[in-house]
Amino acid sequence: MLKIDQATYDAIVAHAKQDHPDEACGVVAGPEGSDRPGRFVPMVNAARSPTFYEFDPVDLLGLYKDMDARGEEPVVVYHSHTATEAYPSRTDIGLASEPNAHYVLVSTREHGNSAGPVEFRSYRIIDGEVTEEEVSVVDEARSQA
Amino acid sequence: MAIEVRIPTILRTYTGGEKAVTGEGATLSEVIDHLEDNHPGIKGRLIEAKDGEGDLRRFVNVYVNDEDVRFTGGLGTSVSDGDQVVVLPAVAGGCGSTRARHTAQWAQTATL
Repeated sequence: MLKIDQATYDAIVAHAKQDHPDEACGVVAGPEGSDRPGRFVPMVNAARSPTFYEFDPVDLLGLYKDMDARGEEPVVVYHSHTATEAYPSRTDIGLASEPNAHYVLVSTREHGNSAGPVEFRSYRIIDGEVTEEEVSVVDEARSQA
Repeated sequence: MAIEVRIPTILRTYTGGEKAVTGEGATLSEVIDHLEDNHPGIKGRLIEAKDGEGDLRRFVNVYVNDEDVRFTGGLGTSVSDGDQVVVLPAVAGGCGSTRARHTAQWAQTATL
Protein backbone atom coordinates (compact mmCIF):
# COMPACT_ATOMS: atom_id res chain seq x y z
CA MET A 1 0.00 0.00 0.00
CA LEU A 2 1.12 3.54 -0.74
CA LYS A 3 0.56 5.95 2.13
CA ILE A 4 0.81 9.53 0.95
CA ASP A 5 -0.19 12.80 2.57
CA GLN A 6 -2.85 15.02 1.05
CA ALA A 7 -0.50 17.92 0.22
CA THR A 8 1.88 15.69 -1.73
CA TYR A 9 -1.02 13.98 -3.50
CA ASP A 10 -2.39 17.38 -4.48
CA ALA A 11 1.04 18.55 -5.67
CA ILE A 12 1.41 15.54 -7.98
CA VAL A 13 -2.08 16.08 -9.43
CA ALA A 14 -1.42 19.81 -9.91
CA HIS A 15 1.84 19.08 -11.74
CA ALA A 16 0.12 16.57 -14.02
CA LYS A 17 -2.67 19.04 -14.86
CA GLN A 18 -0.22 21.88 -15.42
CA ASP A 19 1.91 19.96 -17.91
CA HIS A 20 -1.02 18.38 -19.78
CA PRO A 21 -1.02 17.46 -22.70
CA ASP A 22 2.64 16.56 -22.14
CA GLU A 23 3.47 13.93 -19.58
CA ALA A 24 4.60 15.26 -16.21
CA CYS A 25 7.09 13.40 -14.02
CA GLY A 26 8.91 13.54 -10.73
CA VAL A 27 9.67 11.79 -7.49
CA VAL A 28 8.75 11.99 -3.85
CA ALA A 29 11.87 11.27 -1.85
CA GLY A 30 11.92 9.89 1.65
CA PRO A 31 14.39 8.52 4.18
CA GLU A 32 15.99 5.32 2.90
CA GLY A 33 14.08 2.25 4.05
CA SER A 34 11.26 4.33 5.60
CA ASP A 35 8.70 3.91 2.80
CA ARG A 36 7.54 7.44 3.73
CA PRO A 37 7.24 9.82 0.77
CA GLY A 38 8.09 13.23 2.24
CA ARG A 39 9.93 15.52 -0.14
CA PHE A 40 8.09 16.37 -3.37
CA VAL A 41 10.49 16.89 -6.29
CA PRO A 42 8.85 17.72 -9.62
CA MET A 43 11.18 17.06 -12.55
CA VAL A 44 11.33 18.47 -16.06
CA ASN A 45 10.23 16.03 -18.74
CA ALA A 46 13.22 16.37 -21.05
CA ALA A 47 11.22 14.63 -23.80
CA ARG A 48 8.42 17.26 -23.57
CA SER A 49 6.12 14.73 -25.11
CA PRO A 50 2.51 13.58 -24.73
CA THR A 51 3.64 9.95 -25.02
CA PHE A 52 7.04 9.78 -23.33
CA TYR A 53 8.89 11.12 -20.33
CA GLU A 54 12.50 11.09 -19.30
CA PHE A 55 14.29 12.96 -16.54
CA ASP A 56 17.01 15.18 -17.98
CA PRO A 57 20.33 13.34 -17.41
CA VAL A 58 21.92 16.34 -15.68
CA ASP A 59 18.90 16.83 -13.40
CA LEU A 60 18.87 13.08 -12.75
CA LEU A 61 22.43 13.14 -11.44
CA GLY A 62 21.67 16.21 -9.30
CA LEU A 63 18.59 14.52 -7.87
CA TYR A 64 20.43 11.34 -6.92
CA LYS A 65 23.40 13.18 -5.43
CA ASP A 66 21.00 15.28 -3.38
CA MET A 67 19.06 12.23 -2.18
CA ASP A 68 22.33 10.48 -1.38
CA ALA A 69 23.52 13.42 0.72
CA ARG A 70 20.22 13.41 2.64
CA GLY A 71 20.08 9.63 3.10
CA GLU A 72 16.99 9.45 0.92
CA GLU A 73 15.67 7.26 -1.86
CA PRO A 74 12.87 7.76 -4.39
CA VAL A 75 9.87 6.41 -2.47
CA VAL A 76 7.49 7.46 -5.24
CA VAL A 77 8.27 7.83 -8.93
CA TYR A 78 5.31 9.48 -10.62
CA HIS A 79 4.28 10.40 -14.13
CA SER A 80 1.13 11.17 -16.03
CA HIS A 81 -0.60 9.63 -18.98
CA THR A 82 -2.52 12.30 -20.83
CA ALA A 83 -4.64 10.29 -23.26
CA THR A 84 -4.72 6.80 -21.76
CA GLU A 85 -5.55 5.15 -18.46
CA ALA A 86 -3.36 5.34 -15.38
CA TYR A 87 -1.88 1.91 -15.92
CA PRO A 88 1.81 1.16 -16.69
CA SER A 89 2.48 0.85 -20.40
CA ARG A 90 4.95 -1.64 -21.85
CA THR A 91 7.44 1.22 -21.97
CA ASP A 92 6.86 1.99 -18.29
CA ILE A 93 7.34 -1.64 -17.35
CA GLY A 94 10.44 -2.12 -19.50
CA LEU A 95 12.14 0.96 -18.08
CA ALA A 96 11.16 0.67 -14.43
CA SER A 97 14.46 0.59 -12.59
CA GLU A 98 13.64 1.36 -8.95
CA PRO A 99 12.56 -1.90 -7.32
CA ASN A 100 11.82 -0.15 -4.01
CA ALA A 101 9.66 2.62 -5.48
CA HIS A 102 5.92 3.04 -5.69
CA TYR A 103 5.19 3.90 -9.31
CA VAL A 104 2.34 6.40 -9.32
CA LEU A 105 0.40 7.04 -12.51
CA VAL A 106 -2.01 9.91 -12.93
CA SER A 107 -4.28 10.12 -15.94
CA THR A 108 -5.37 13.57 -17.04
CA ARG A 109 -7.31 12.31 -20.06
CA GLU A 110 -10.71 13.31 -18.57
CA HIS A 111 -10.18 16.96 -17.67
CA GLY A 112 -6.76 17.94 -19.02
CA ASN A 113 -5.60 21.24 -17.53
CA SER A 114 -9.00 21.92 -15.95
CA ALA A 115 -10.27 21.19 -12.49
CA GLY A 116 -11.89 17.83 -12.01
CA PRO A 117 -11.00 14.39 -10.75
CA VAL A 118 -8.08 12.38 -12.11
CA GLU A 119 -7.21 8.73 -12.00
CA PHE A 120 -4.44 8.32 -9.39
CA ARG A 121 -3.10 4.77 -9.06
CA SER A 122 0.02 3.16 -7.65
CA TYR A 123 2.01 0.07 -8.61
CA ARG A 124 5.06 -1.93 -7.78
CA ILE A 125 7.03 -2.83 -10.90
CA ILE A 126 9.68 -5.46 -10.26
CA ASP A 127 11.40 -7.58 -12.92
CA GLY A 128 8.70 -6.73 -15.42
CA GLU A 129 5.88 -7.70 -13.08
CA VAL A 130 3.22 -5.12 -12.22
CA THR A 131 1.29 -5.25 -8.97
CA GLU A 132 -1.32 -2.59 -8.28
CA GLU A 133 -1.61 -1.44 -4.69
CA GLU A 134 -4.03 0.56 -2.62
CA VAL A 135 -3.44 4.30 -2.23
CA SER A 136 -4.15 5.69 1.21
CA VAL A 137 -4.23 9.50 1.40
CA VAL A 138 -3.50 10.64 4.92
CA ASP A 139 -4.16 14.09 6.24
CA GLU A 140 -0.89 15.26 7.68
CA ALA A 141 1.46 18.12 6.99
CA ARG A 142 4.02 17.49 4.29
CA SER A 143 7.48 17.53 5.74
CA GLN A 144 9.36 20.34 4.11
CA ALA A 145 13.03 19.66 3.68
CA MET B 1 44.41 3.03 -10.46
CA ALA B 2 41.52 3.22 -8.01
CA ILE B 3 38.25 4.64 -9.25
CA GLU B 4 35.06 4.79 -7.23
CA VAL B 5 32.10 3.35 -9.13
CA ARG B 6 28.65 4.17 -7.70
CA ILE B 7 26.15 1.37 -8.31
CA PRO B 8 22.38 2.00 -8.58
CA THR B 9 19.97 -0.02 -6.42
CA ILE B 10 18.81 -2.25 -9.27
CA LEU B 11 22.38 -3.40 -10.05
CA ARG B 12 23.41 -4.04 -6.45
CA THR B 13 22.42 -7.67 -6.86
CA TYR B 14 25.71 -7.92 -8.78
CA THR B 15 27.80 -6.22 -6.09
CA GLY B 16 26.54 -8.06 -3.03
CA GLY B 17 24.47 -5.03 -2.06
CA GLU B 18 27.39 -2.60 -2.20
CA LYS B 19 26.50 0.96 -3.19
CA ALA B 20 30.01 1.64 -4.43
CA VAL B 21 32.84 -0.55 -5.63
CA THR B 22 36.42 0.09 -6.67
CA GLY B 23 37.22 0.09 -10.35
CA GLU B 24 40.40 0.11 -12.36
CA GLY B 25 41.29 1.20 -15.86
CA ALA B 26 42.35 4.09 -18.05
CA THR B 27 39.05 4.39 -19.90
CA LEU B 28 35.43 3.84 -19.00
CA SER B 29 35.46 0.75 -21.19
CA GLU B 30 38.32 -0.72 -19.15
CA VAL B 31 36.61 0.15 -15.89
CA ILE B 32 33.49 -1.72 -17.04
CA ASP B 33 35.59 -4.74 -18.08
CA HIS B 34 37.21 -4.71 -14.65
CA LEU B 35 33.76 -4.49 -13.03
CA GLU B 36 32.66 -7.50 -15.06
CA ASP B 37 35.67 -9.50 -13.80
CA ASN B 38 34.59 -8.93 -10.20
CA HIS B 39 30.81 -8.82 -10.71
CA PRO B 40 29.95 -11.11 -13.62
CA GLY B 41 26.84 -10.11 -15.55
CA ILE B 42 26.95 -6.41 -14.78
CA LYS B 43 28.51 -5.44 -18.12
CA GLY B 44 25.52 -6.73 -20.07
CA ARG B 45 23.28 -4.40 -18.10
CA LEU B 46 25.35 -1.38 -19.13
CA ILE B 47 26.43 -2.18 -22.66
CA GLU B 48 24.70 -3.53 -25.73
CA ALA B 49 25.89 -4.39 -29.20
CA LYS B 50 25.36 -1.63 -31.75
CA ASP B 51 26.60 -2.20 -35.29
CA GLY B 52 28.85 -4.96 -34.06
CA GLU B 53 30.43 -2.83 -31.36
CA GLY B 54 29.65 -2.36 -27.72
CA ASP B 55 27.99 0.89 -26.74
CA LEU B 56 26.27 2.18 -23.65
CA ARG B 57 22.62 1.24 -23.45
CA ARG B 58 20.25 4.02 -24.39
CA PHE B 59 18.60 4.09 -20.97
CA VAL B 60 21.73 3.89 -18.85
CA ASN B 61 23.43 7.12 -17.82
CA VAL B 62 27.07 7.11 -16.83
CA TYR B 63 28.88 10.12 -15.42
CA VAL B 64 32.59 10.58 -14.84
CA ASN B 65 33.20 13.31 -12.28
CA ASP B 66 29.62 14.54 -12.84
CA GLU B 67 30.00 14.77 -16.63
CA ASP B 68 27.61 12.71 -18.76
CA VAL B 69 29.98 10.48 -20.75
CA ARG B 70 27.82 10.88 -23.87
CA PHE B 71 29.51 14.26 -24.20
CA THR B 72 33.03 13.20 -23.23
CA GLY B 73 33.74 10.28 -25.54
CA GLY B 74 31.39 7.56 -24.33
CA LEU B 75 33.10 4.29 -23.47
CA GLY B 76 36.43 5.83 -24.52
CA THR B 77 36.22 8.53 -21.84
CA SER B 78 39.50 8.73 -19.94
CA VAL B 79 39.50 8.07 -16.25
CA SER B 80 42.28 8.33 -13.72
CA ASP B 81 43.04 7.63 -10.12
CA GLY B 82 40.58 9.27 -7.77
CA ASP B 83 37.87 9.77 -10.38
CA GLN B 84 34.29 8.90 -9.60
CA VAL B 85 32.03 7.01 -11.98
CA VAL B 86 28.28 7.16 -11.33
CA VAL B 87 25.86 4.76 -13.03
CA LEU B 88 22.17 5.72 -13.07
CA PRO B 89 19.41 4.07 -15.05
CA ALA B 90 17.25 6.63 -16.84
CA VAL B 91 13.99 7.45 -15.11
CA ALA B 92 11.76 7.27 -18.14
CA GLY B 93 8.62 5.77 -19.57
CA GLY B 94 5.34 6.98 -20.95
CA CYS B 95 2.12 5.83 -22.46
CA GLY B 96 4.18 4.41 -25.28
CA SER B 97 4.34 5.46 -28.89
CA THR B 98 5.54 2.95 -31.44
CA ARG B 99 8.60 5.15 -31.86
CA ALA B 100 9.70 4.53 -28.30
CA ARG B 101 8.83 0.88 -28.09
CA HIS B 102 11.81 -0.67 -29.83
CA THR B 103 14.30 0.91 -27.45
CA ALA B 104 12.13 0.76 -24.39
CA GLN B 105 13.96 -1.78 -22.32
CA TRP B 106 17.10 -0.87 -20.55
CA ALA B 107 17.54 -4.16 -18.77
CA GLN B 108 16.96 -6.73 -21.44
CA THR B 109 19.04 -9.87 -21.72
CA ALA B 110 22.71 -9.24 -22.15
CA THR B 111 23.89 -9.13 -25.71
CA LEU B 112 27.62 -9.03 -25.05
